[in-house]
Amino acid sequence: MKRFAGFVRKEFLHIFRDARTLAILFGLPMVMIVLFGYVVTNDIKDVRIGIWDRSHDHITREAVSKILSSGYFVLAGTVETEEEIGSLFRSGGAKVVVIFDPGFERTLIRENRAAIRLMADASDANSAQLAQSYLQSVLLRYFQDLNQGATLPWQIEVKPRMFYNEQMKGVFMFVPGLMALILMLISAMMTSVTITREKEFGTMELLLASPLKPREIILGKVTPYILLSFINAMTIVLLGFLVFGVPVAGSLWLLMLESLLYITLALSLGVLISTTARTQQIAMVMSLLGLMLPTILLSGFIFPIDNMPLILQWFSAIMPARWFVVIIKNIMLKGTGMAFIWKETMILAGMTTLFILAAVKRFRIRIQ
Amino acid sequence: MRILATLLQKEFKQIFRNRFILPVIFILPVVQLILLTYAASLEMKDIRMVVVDMDHSTVSRRLVNEFSGSPFFRIVHRGSSYPKASELLTRDRADVILVMEPRFEKDFYREQSTDLQLAINAINATEAGLVNAYCTQIIAGFNNELRSQFQGGALQIGNTRLDISPRFWYNPMLDYKIYMFSGILVILVTLIGMMLTALNLVREKEMGTSEQINVTPIRKYQFIIAKLTPFWFIALLELAVGLVIGRILFHLPIEGSLLLLFSFATVYLLAVLGIGLFLSTISSTQQQVMFVAFFFIVTFILMSGVFTPTESMPPWAQKANILNPAAYFMRVIRMVLLKGSGLQDIGRDFLGISVYAAVTLTLAVVNYRKTT
Repeated sequence: MKRFAGFVRKEFLHIFRDARTLAILFGLPMVMIVLFGYVVTNDIKDVRIGIWDRSHDHITREAVSKILSSGYFVLAGTVETEEEIGSLFRSGGAKVVVIFDPGFERTLIRENRAAIRLMADASDANSAQLAQSYLQSVLLRYFQDLNQGATLPWQIEVKPRMFYNEQMKGVFMFVPGLMALILMLISAMMTSVTITREKEFGTMELLLASPLKPREIILGKVTPYILLSFINAMTIVLLGFLVFGVPVAGSLWLLMLESLLYITLALSLGVLISTTARTQQIAMVMSLLGLMLPTILLSGFIFPIDNMPLILQWFSAIMPARWFVVIIKNIMLKGTGMAFIWKETMILAGMTTLFILAAVKRFRIRIQ
Repeated sequence: MRILATLLQKEFKQIFRNRFILPVIFILPVVQLILLTYAASLEMKDIRMVVVDMDHSTVSRRLVNEFSGSPFFRIVHRGSSYPKASELLTRDRADVILVMEPRFEKDFYREQSTDLQLAINAINATEAGLVNAYCTQIIAGFNNELRSQFQGGALQIGNTRLDISPRFWYNPMLDYKIYMFSGILVILVTLIGMMLTALNLVREKEMGTSEQINVTPIRKYQFIIAKLTPFWFIALLELAVGLVIGRILFHLPIEGSLLLLFSFATVYLLAVLGIGLFLSTISSTQQQVMFVAFFFIVTFILMSGVFTPTESMPPWAQKANILNPAAYFMRVIRMVLLKGSGLQDIGRDFLGISVYAAVTLTLAVVNYRKTT
């Protein structure tokens, strides 16, 4: 036991002596949560629009000022020809162009008819669609006002209510996702690299020749990372709560236990990678390329799993992060307990056992 | 010149004899490019809806038919009890509940206005926004249809008939995949270029072989050129392979000039490799440099506008993007490929990335020491 404690102490010293890595280890979650909270949003805001007013009358001018004062749009410029729309789109100067045809006011007064054309740069299909529908509703409201606040007859009023996230903050989704991502990367990547490093430098032979048992070596290697990852997980939860008001509706204890389970899983995956990889470079590329993008994209972190093609849904089923995200969402946002997440917990526990068994089987005590 | 040629030969040999790194460089990114483009879809196909119809009227039934007939919705449960429906929402068996209260039809005819509730699982705010938009669209369509039975004709406000017609340029089918594909391609090229450069140099340091190089008459710039060229070449090749795949699998449009795109990519990669090199000069172990590089890559990617438009970001983030090389390439690749933008459109970005490349490379070369 004393031997083991000494080994763990050595590993801690290894980590703490490298201040830069340590700073990033703790800085990364904070930067990520700020980025996701403030930067990665789909909100329609300050969309640049072009105006092609071929009528230049009172109504069109007022419609334009209504659009610009809505807060969603800013004027990128006026255009006079179809070619100008093209060059405005190509230079990225505007996303949407609103066109009023000649004699707009006259047609409106004489024939009670108004036609407005919207051109959208749909290379980014989603924001084009969103911007376009916001423009429509601004214009609709203006014409309702023009008709002395006439409401539409036979109207079905839709009253949407947003559950678990009433203000529709993107960060609610990102906190569980970030925990899954950061824990996976730090635990799996760091352990696989430290173990491979010893192999690459030949110091693994020294360790193996020492009275330490192989089991103790591996455990000693992963212990510091369990602690660091756990601190990281709690930092994310705390920051999410303090800065963005993401609640922990369910039991904090359960949240911690599940996080520990997931960390163990990621660490055993890291050990497994290290038994396969010969050099640090290989271990890094495997954990980075093999884990980062799939964890971001297949865990339901940003893109909903239900929309993916069936094959990818199967793929996502073997991503541990996917199940962990479900668990965290349930505990933190929905406030549900074990009754709702026992299945996911079992899956994670099963995967952990599998990784540990595979790692033990592949771990070689002798050097070829 | 001969020294450089020999060094280059050595570097290429070292990479190509490594049986593990090659598939990692070429096969893994290609597989990811294909799979992830399919994954990164925000098109809603199968929205699971629970219907709580407490009205049981003609209008409510017709509305439900609109939803069950839509390819975007699947009705997973019908009932008249709200608590049961809400449990389905909690258990994640449903995305949205449509609630029609007992007076739904009566209000519609008598009061000319009736309420309808949607309960949406909003944990994923983006998805919830889309679900809401899809529902509202279907309900509005149904509403217009009913109205036109009484009024005849299109949308009528007071006496005015309003007709707003949108047209979508460059992508009339609103295909999201080509947009994501170009974005993921940028990520992969950046990731490979920066990571491999950073790791490679530190590896020599860590193994002590860089000391051996230091005592040879090889000049600093020769060594650095020899280190960068292979990865620069590999990254460009990867971009080309990616474009071919995109063309075949996703009908990725190539509206603009490929020459322009590759010229830009050439300079962009110099900037990216320069960062990788610079990071490696300030690190002493592979673990350290990998972690620092990873930190930068993640920050660059998230701020580059790959998933969400940069215009939606707060002003400070938009300003900070001047320092983000990925933001330049992300913008340019989409402009050139999807919209056919020319040099005059991307001139400023080109200038910006050139300055960026010059600065990072200079920094890296100056910071690289032959002595320890």
